[in-house]
Amino acid sequence: MTDPKPNSETSAPRDEASCGAVDRRGFLSKSLPGTLVALGALRTAQGLAGQAAEEGEQATSAVGGGNGEPAAAADTASGAATSGYDPSGHNYAMAITPDKCIGCGRCVEACKTENNVPREPFYFRTWIERYVIRSDRKAVVTSPNGGIAGFPPVKESEIMRTFFVPKLCNQCENPPCVQVCPVGATYQTEDGVVLVDDDYCIGCRYCIQACPYGARFLHPVKHTAEKCTFCYHRLVKGLVPACVEICPTEARIFGDLDSRSSPLARFQRMNMIATLKPHLNTEPKVFYADLDGEVR
Amino acid sequence: MEQHIQSLMEVLQQTKGYVYPNEIELHWGLLVVVYPYVTGLVAGAFILASLERVFNVKEVQPTYRLSLLTALAFLIIAPLPLLAHLGHPERSYEIFLTPNLNSAMAMFGFVYAWYLMVVLLLEIWFDYRKDTIIWARNEKGLMRFLHRLFTLGTDDLSPKALRFDRGAGKLITFIGIPSAFLLHGYVGFIFGSVKANPWWSSVLIPVVFLFSAMVSGIALMLVLYMFSCLARRKEIEMKCADKLASFLLYALIVDFSLEMLDFIHRLYEAEESIAILQQMIASRLFVSLIVLQILMGTVIPLLMLMLFSPWFRSKALLHPPAELRRLVYFGAALLIQVGIFSTRWNVVIGGQIFSKSLRGLTVYKVEMLGPEGFFVSALLLIAPFVILYVLVKVLPPWPEDEVKIDAPAEPEPAPPLTPSVTT
Amino acid sequence: MRQQIIRLLIVFTILVAALIAARVFLIPDTFGEFGHYRGAAIDDVTAQPIKYAGRASCETCHPDVVEKHAGGRHHGVSCEVCHGPAAAHVEDPMAVVPDKPRGRDLCVLCHAYDPGRPTGFPQIDPAVHNPLRACMACHEGHAPKPPVTPEGCSGCHGQIARAKAVSHHALLPCTTCHEVSEQHKLAPASSRPTKPTAREFCGKCHAPDATPPAFIIQEVPRKDLSTHGDHYVCWQCHYPHFPELK
Repeated sequence: MTDPKPNSETSAPRDEASCGAVDRRGFLSKSLPGTLVALGALRTAQGLAGQAAEEGEQATSAVGGGNGEPAAAADTASGAATSGYDPSGHNYAMAITPDKCIGCGRCVEACKTENNVPREPFYFRTWIERYVIRSDRKAVVTSPNGGIAGFPPVKESEIMRTFFVPKLCNQCENPPCVQVCPVGATYQTEDGVVLVDDDYCIGCRYCIQACPYGARFLHPVKHTAEKCTFCYHRLVKGLVPACVEICPTEARIFGDLDSRSSPLARFQRMNMIATLKPHLNTEPKVFYADLDGEVR
Repeated sequence: MEQHIQSLMEVLQQTKGYVYPNEIELHWGLLVVVYPYVTGLVAGAFILASLERVFNVKEVQPTYRLSLLTALAFLIIAPLPLLAHLGHPERSYEIFLTPNLNSAMAMFGFVYAWYLMVVLLLEIWFDYRKDTIIWARNEKGLMRFLHRLFTLGTDDLSPKALRFDRGAGKLITFIGIPSAFLLHGYVGFIFGSVKANPWWSSVLIPVVFLFSAMVSGIALMLVLYMFSCLARRKEIEMKCADKLASFLLYALIVDFSLEMLDFIHRLYEAEESIAILQQMIASRLFVSLIVLQILMGTVIPLLMLMLFSPWFRSKALLHPPAELRRLVYFGAALLIQVGIFSTRWNVVIGGQIFSKSLRGLTVYKVEMLGPEGFFVSALLLIAPFVILYVLVKVLPPWPEDEVKIDAPAEPEPAPPLTPSVTT
Repeated sequence: MRQQIIRLLIVFTILVAALIAARVFLIPDTFGEFGHYRGAAIDDVTAQPIKYAGRASCETCHPDVVEKHAGGRHHGVSCEVCHGPAAAHVEDPMAVVPDKPRGRDLCVLCHAYDPGRPTGFPQIDPAVHNPLRACMACHEGHAPKPPVTPEGCSGCHGQIARAKAVSHHALLPCTTCHEVSEQHKLAPASSRPTKPTAREFCGKCHAPDATPPAFIIQEVPRKDLSTHGDHYVCWQCHYPHFPELK
């Protein structure tokens, strides 16, 4: 085509508009993160407060919408609601004796009430499984609506053994869900509880995939990940989780691993203890006494 | 939400065996299948471009610029399925600001930005710079404006500058190959590192992802090359098409071997998950895995390409005419696209259909409407071609449009000493 | 420097500046305070309102009920299991009054028969156990007792009774093998039933020369106890409540 002028200084006429400017497509591509940043800035300007308040209203169940005070309005030094509570020196754990569990489902009910969990059968912070091991050694497991209202009948002549197993987030000491969260929206507190930051979670659901125990779900209204928090809002006030409070047979007990005398300490001494899926090295802190090998 | 709950109730009816209550709902759906498919095409198209630039495979030169533009078109679309899938896309910037460095997914911000800015855009810039400077000189209006914008105001066409462009392009392509591997490999690692999921947790997944990406990328370029020649009423260079097809064959052989290795290894070790996985493949994934991925997507194209490969031709076993070869390549490439898409589907959806209790299966209901629905996904798969069309109009990649400047590759030899000087 | 490099550096600088600005303005202030998360998030969690007050808070105002409850069979059952979440009631007792479950829906959640429930746990079949009547008509909720002492064992040993009912031992009353005092029905843990201790016990029906009860009309399997089963006692291999469970 044309042959180039050897020296750029005298060649094409200067176009003022193009000095330092960028190709449109290139600009769009390059500023994609920038656009998102701008969007984010806009969102922040509207206020995480407004957003949290909106979602607080929309969340299922009326009173006290889930997350309390808006975050951005008071994203200052933390400690407002937790003044007086020192998380260091605590390491919370739960101990379950499946032999005592009667499968009444009151814990599931209490949890859903205490934590405003949607009532549909797809969202559980805790649930009960019933195992029926038949005479042909095959295990049949059910959890109809999480076990909140009973279980279907079984043919008696087939039963070799049968029992209930409460399940919940194991609050692992080596949590795979915290490891995979891309933004730092789920975290482990100093006192050993794994929590989710509702105002920071982007809803990518990687943590839900990473949990080996099926303990997490996506809240259908808030569109963020959610799971059992050991009723952390009760712990900091010296109460036990709602499920532990409610359990009529003391199948669930709760305590502090750092405390030398507690029901938890006695439990660890007197029982053969198992955790779920130990080969995954998540180091769960929900301990099961005399757990049947069929339990996954 | 009502409609969502309604569809979940239907899913609940169709679960088999025991599924943890929170697992009834599948979380990573069609959009998360589209994302690795699209980044796979980006990586594959770029690897093809690098074949020419770094490994000097001259035959595929006609596809060089087209591959770069294709990679760009798909890369622009790539974040969109992810954004549409997030529960809070307006917070997605958090990945760039507070990435959790332990999380494979947080790599997205770095890898995407790196690949887009430092590799792809820079390479396109260096390659097209001289052309846009020269094109702009003879144009008017929007095209001139766009081309001048593209040049970033540079107008240096000296041999030194052009040499610099070429050298920089080569260096970037060189860096770009591992970057392309990283762009798609990290997606494989996102799945492969999930120890909770026996279908995903595997050392091979990142590698399989990578090779299937190369297969799909080369197949795409084969189709686009032939299609663009037809559209421009230009002759398809069979040298180029044959070369593309043979690279496609090699990549497909490696990809198939890796997948077979994974399959055989799983069956042989027969870990606890084997029972439910077999049940899943036989029921929920039969069509997408056995029929679409293996049979139609791999075995048949493999046979087609092998029969028409240069080896067979040179051994005079078959002498297919050019028209037949083109048809076979086209058909194989299309089947391969279906196969690779099914591969992504089987990995993503398959990993969630069976319960982590290893005792049951749920089901995935593809929605039609809604942000995670079929139409949005179809739109996201069509959009790159629209973008490619625009890119091709603004930065024509065709050999006949390329500006040929007689700049020597080597430094100009010193002018010979005149006899008068040498005394 | 080459012209290309200068232009590219300009673009690069703009982008880096944008990123830095974003980091400064968009990252929440408390992020990183305790770890890689927003420190104020903990307060968001702890600010959640409490719904269940806990059984300790009932005693202050209801000491008589608590005392009666502590002495009964429901002493382990927290007040809020039956009366629902009561934190609001503790806040303002007159405004919010907890439920009193007077129907049949609540009690059956624990006491309807399910084979998974541990042996010794009282269970009934709601369909046939005084249908349509409120549970409270016969059972006082805080310290429940059956209105009459149960005759048989199936009320508390439902799974065993039902398994036995479809077995070869169906017609044998529990007392055939277990000696039970009336005290066991009133305070089970204080007086346990006996269990057979020797092989000869089962030989009362199953030895070659034994005479099973007349109402057993089927052929009773006979085993020579001197040679059958090594040194084991019978129930180390056979489950007496459902022998030869298939």
